[in-house]
Amino acid sequence: MARTPTTHDSFNAVAEPKRRQVLEALGVRELSVNEIVELLGWSQPSVSKHLGVLKQVGLVSERRVGRQRMYRVNAERLKPIYEWVAPFERIWSERFDRLDEALQKMKKEQ
Amino acid sequence: MSVKNKTTITAEPGKQELFITREFDAPRELVFKAHTDPDLFAQWIGPRGLTTTLEAFEPVSGGKWRFTQTDKDGNDFGFHGVFHEVSPERVIQTFEFDGLPESGHVTLETMTLEELPNGRTRLTAQSVFQTVSDRDGMVQAGMEHGVNEGYERLDEILAKMK
Repeated sequence: MARTPTTHDSFNAVAEPKRRQVLEALGVRELSVNEIVELLGWSQPSVSKHLGVLKQVGLVSERRVGRQRMYRVNAERLKPIYEWVAPFERIWSERFDRLDEALQKMKKEQ
Repeated sequence: MSVKNKTTITAEPGKQELFITREFDAPRELVFKAHTDPDLFAQWIGPRGLTTTLEAFEPVSGGKWRFTQTDKDGNDFGFHGVFHEVSPERVIQTFEFDGLPESGHVTLETMTLEELPNGRTRLTAQSVFQTVSDRDGMVQAGMEHGVNEGYERLDEILAKMK
């Protein structure tokens, strides 16, 4: 049964390590199912199954090239997954910038 | 800021852990000292605009730590934990925020300091939470803080425009 592609669903979709591997492979370039099969060394049904889920939540899109279907990452849909840690990352980033300043002072005092 | 000194947070969906990594242009002994010298630690740990007061700070195996951060309105935020292992290579400690509705949401933190060429150091911190929702709650609290800080900056800009 097709699910509504929500942010929640794309989070679930990338929670599966094998699907992240598919996304990583597609992150390099557009690939056909056979190319993914070769690259990851999985069976074709397994690759197709994971691609199906990723397509359903909109993380991957496909296009026809002759007799082949080519798959690529839909970066726009992947963005919310990276964005949710961004503010937390900023806190730590600012904290470590202050640590950097303290370290540079310590180096001068040595 | 150079790209190689970027702070990276890794929080995979559905997991109880998160990782923070950052490289520093300073040798390991200094990075370690900045984590174990109370005066130095208080200088950098607190968010901008908050004052950090260390009530306890015993960076040795079995030692305890406790600090309070106070904002400009006088609101206190307390944190505490114990050190399990303290060495320049690795610091293992527990972490708990006192401001949660119930106590007992403890995080296990392992920080490793790796020596790199040219007097640089790579810091990797792993935080393991009791549940996935504890972890996600912590990340989301960061989001609220980030939003508040964003508003504060907007306030500053608006004040200058007046």
